[in-house]
Amino acid sequence: MSQEAYIFEAIRTPRGRGKQSGSLHEVAPVELLATLMREMQQRHDLDTSQVDDVVLGCVTPIGDQGADVARTAVLYADWDVDVPGVQLNRFCASGLEAVNMAAMKVRSGWEQLVVAGGVESMSRIPMGSDGGAMMLDPKVSSKVNFVPQGIGADLIATMEGFSRGDVDAFAVRSQQRAAHAWENGYFQRSVVPVKDQNGLIILEQDEHIRPDSTLASLGKLNPAFAAMGELGFDALAQQVYTEVETINHVHTAGNSSGIVDGAALVLIGSKEKGAALGLKPRAKIRSAALVGTEPTIMLIGPGPASQKALKLAGMTAKDIDLFEINEAFASVVLRFMRDMGIEGAENVNVNGGAIAMGHPLGATGAMLLGTVLDELERTDLSTALISLCVGGGMGIATVIERV
Amino acid sequence: MAIQYAKDEQNIVTLTLDRPDRSANVINAEFGAALAAVLARLQAEADLAGVIVTSAKKTFMAGGDLEWLYAATDAAEIFASAEALKAGFRTLEKLGVPVVAALNGTALGGGLELALACHHRIAINDPRLKLGFPEVTLGLLPGGGGVTRLPRMIGLQASFPLLTEGAQLDPVAAKTAGLIDELADDVADLLTKARAWIVANPQAAQPWDKPGYRIPGGDPRQPKVGQMLSVAPAMLKKRTFGNYPAPEAILSVMVEGTVVDFETASRIESRYFAQLATSQVAKNMINAFWFQLNEISAGASRPKAVPPQETRKVGVLGAGMMGHGIAYVTAVSHLPVVLKDVTLEQAEAGKAKIAALLDKRVAKGKLTREERDAALARVQPTADAADLADCDLIIEAVFEDRSLKATVTQEAEAVVGEATLFASNTSTLPITGLAKASQRPSNFIGLHFFSPVERMKLVEIITGAETSAETLAKAFDFVLKIRKTPIVVNDSRGFYTSRVFATYVKEGLALLGEGQHPRAIESAGLQAGMPVGPLALSDEVSLGLMLHIREQTRQDLAAEGQTMPAHPSDAVLDVMTGEYGRYGKARGAGFYDYPAGGKKQLWPELTTIFPPQGEPLSQPEMIERLMFVQALEAVRCLEENVVTNAADANIGAIFGWGFAPFKGGTLQYINDYGVAAFTQRSQALAEKFGDRFLPPERLQVMAASGAQF
Repeated sequence: MSQEAYIFEAIRTPRGRGKQSGSLHEVAPVELLATLMREMQQRHDLDTSQVDDVVLGCVTPIGDQGADVARTAVLYADWDVDVPGVQLNRFCASGLEAVNMAAMKVRSGWEQLVVAGGVESMSRIPMGSDGGAMMLDPKVSSKVNFVPQGIGADLIATMEGFSRGDVDAFAVRSQQRAAHAWENGYFQRSVVPVKDQNGLIILEQDEHIRPDSTLASLGKLNPAFAAMGELGFDALAQQVYTEVETINHVHTAGNSSGIVDGAALVLIGSKEKGAALGLKPRAKIRSAALVGTEPTIMLIGPGPASQKALKLAGMTAKDIDLFEINEAFASVVLRFMRDMGIEGAENVNVNGGAIAMGHPLGATGAMLLGTVLDELERTDLSTALISLCVGGGMGIATVIERV
Repeated sequence: MAIQYAKDEQNIVTLTLDRPDRSANVINAEFGAALAAVLARLQAEADLAGVIVTSAKKTFMAGGDLEWLYAATDAAEIFASAEALKAGFRTLEKLGVPVVAALNGTALGGGLELALACHHRIAINDPRLKLGFPEVTLGLLPGGGGVTRLPRMIGLQASFPLLTEGAQLDPVAAKTAGLIDELADDVADLLTKARAWIVANPQAAQPWDKPGYRIPGGDPRQPKVGQMLSVAPAMLKKRTFGNYPAPEAILSVMVEGTVVDFETASRIESRYFAQLATSQVAKNMINAFWFQLNEISAGASRPKAVPPQETRKVGVLGAGMMGHGIAYVTAVSHLPVVLKDVTLEQAEAGKAKIAALLDKRVAKGKLTREERDAALARVQPTADAADLADCDLIIEAVFEDRSLKATVTQEAEAVVGEATLFASNTSTLPITGLAKASQRPSNFIGLHFFSPVERMKLVEIITGAETSAETLAKAFDFVLKIRKTPIVVNDSRGFYTSRVFATYVKEGLALLGEGQHPRAIESAGLQAGMPVGPLALSDEVSLGLMLHIREQTRQDLAAEGQTMPAHPSDAVLDVMTGEYGRYGKARGAGFYDYPAGGKKQLWPELTTIFPPQGEPLSQPEMIERLMFVQALEAVRCLEENVVTNAADANIGAIFGWGFAPFKGGTLQYINDYGVAAFTQRSQALAEKFGDRFLPPERLQVMAASGAQF
């Protein structure tokens, strides 16, 4: 019988707008990680030499965040030199993949204490800067019928019948819930302000958020993917989804996830190691699952991945108190709710999500886990399911339970 | 108003930097307010054709307000003021009309940063006009946009030495380096050229504000540049041992700043600037190289009642290494000098060495042929004491032998006038004793030059028991005249510099005697910030000389009825010389081997002769021993009135034997450590390693009262 993997801590930076004028543009990604590593160490007086590995997601691992940013951050943050580090890339799921991999390491019994998390400075290293055959090698992209994610999201909306009003309403809800959570200090425990070398604060709150968004204001935004669809991507998608007559381009900058900079860390370990170091277990990881799905529509993985994870945990959707689904696009979450038979449920993304606060690719999964764990504790609930859609047609899910 | 505003009929506005009631312009709050005011006025001009920025002073602008910066401790305040200044510079370069810096004089630091915020820079071609970024020498970085703009102007590689070494270039070199664009003959030509450029370039904008701009030579994300940058920190640490945060911060700003946009880069620069400005290292360096050096040059240790004294002609006795060096620095300072030795041949050999030194300066472009000839013509070699007759200062630089020094003193005094000063360039012999040979001991003084004289900036002035205030004043003024830095000390064994320096060397030997690894000892010295490790230094000084000085001291003390206290280095010195005949570099063998044509290497036998005992000391502990022992001796010198103020002690240490400049000198080392903490630590070291670490009473009193040096 393998040992359980417990979550002791989950912290994150605030998210800065992912452009030159964003507050975190001046902060190197390794510095974002070091901010959290120092905080993690200080918060628990952690003997870092006890950490077996640091597993960090980063989706565009080049330039400032290239060359194994995990090991780099360990050394830069003055953690013990004995601590190794690895960077992984499962596209948008990387942060949660890191958590799941850490849990697997612990559950295997081969490692006892692992830091998971991720980082992405999207302002410094724009999406796609690392190239890749899926998108750029014609024989490959042609074979997999590659279309950009936004086309996939619009395809979902079209096939599911989500109108522009539906997705905009969802976006407004995300903004209002995120603003409400910030106003009431729900994120206080876990968001670590980013400071400069003098201790001067650079950013202490998510800055992508627009609490004053309304259906009317969002309704004015132009569809983001219509033009590129027109070029040929729509036609390509329709060759795969033959029953679709017209793709309804409902997604805009206002109901898609924001491009931001940020980082997150989660401390995961065995009960014994936690006890030896005086760490209080907050939750255990009940199960973790991955799926591959049809790549053109790309973003329908959360449902099947969640079913797989629930099955592993011997649970059903009814056993989950809170769902935390990445708001890559509004239609992804709406489709997920339909897939899970929880349409209209109020316990999904109760404190908003990436539409309001942004999606720092490599870090988001770990941020979602921390956000929902904080909320479980605040409302004294027990179980949560975290899931993200993933580029290339994949899905990821994790089930946690408070202890 | 610190900036005058004048608009001409061509609609060109000339901004003239003119700080009221002061001789030089400086960047301070008053300047900031004036800049904001003129910028607002410029923005309100409807028909502005261009702007010329120049100065009403001899210099253009020499930088920031160090008094304010030295006192500032609030990083937020420094950050905000840097950001405010830069916002002004940014407004200037984005006015939309051509802006020309007309550099009528020296532009350093903030002055040059202002010039870089102009679209075009023209300087008067006068070799005395200096351009550069000396901030790094004070532990700072150019926080007015210098580190953001320079790499964008001339590339990362070319910027690196200019920003991290602090060189000051003349206009020709500055133009070659790309710091300035044009040279002018004089002020009239300067302003004509500035106007012409404005008329010819009505659309002027900075390169980095034009579309398609790329950093010259590439940015850090390009593999070729990345490769060069990967070695840069190693190059820095090779010379800084990580003791100097400023060059490292400059490199960081260069690299971090060139992967982001201009505004973000500027802000990154301000953050590093605030960090450096509030750092202890910057405080140490500003204290030493600005305040204390200025204090010394202003004559803090000079008798105030005596009016300025002029030296008209100098006689140097002995044309050896020290003698010809002293004659050289005198001659290049436009003073005639008689160089006397026993034979004319020896004196002429000394003059030939002076010629060689001058030729080197000519080759480097630091001296013209005419200046070289004139300087050499001022040196008169002779073997005849009668030629000294009209000298008003005699400096003897003969062998360190009391009777020989007495002989040359009397020989010279026989021919010179009554008012003539007699100075001895001794490094060890007490001045009061040497003065006994003189008919006029009140005219007798010590002028301790350091070797090589042409490079070493310090002169230690030693007053004997009978030295008069006039004599001291004249000697002091002479040292300033030859552009050296004088410190004034009272007569004592080893004076100040040799006495404190010796403690460093001896501590290194003591560590070896305890069985510490010789390389670890040398490494500790270097990491402490000393220019040379103590064992290598012993070899340079020669173990024979150390032995000689020790025996002389023993005899002198015996004559006074005292016993010389034992030192753990004694045994090491005895074993090295007595048992193994290793007397140092000059004799080809000391703590190091000196293979012919090869690099010196530590003598492998050292670890056998002085075998390890117990646990080796850590580097920090060895570093503390090597530094504490010097700082403590400096306190004793102050307590015994050998040195009389912190400036002389600190500058004497840095300029005399290269005491870790980033610590700001021997006494500042204690301030840096914290007087109370230092005192406590000394006590602990004394308990572990011996009484030489016992804190003197003065230190204990200061620690108790919270005072500082």
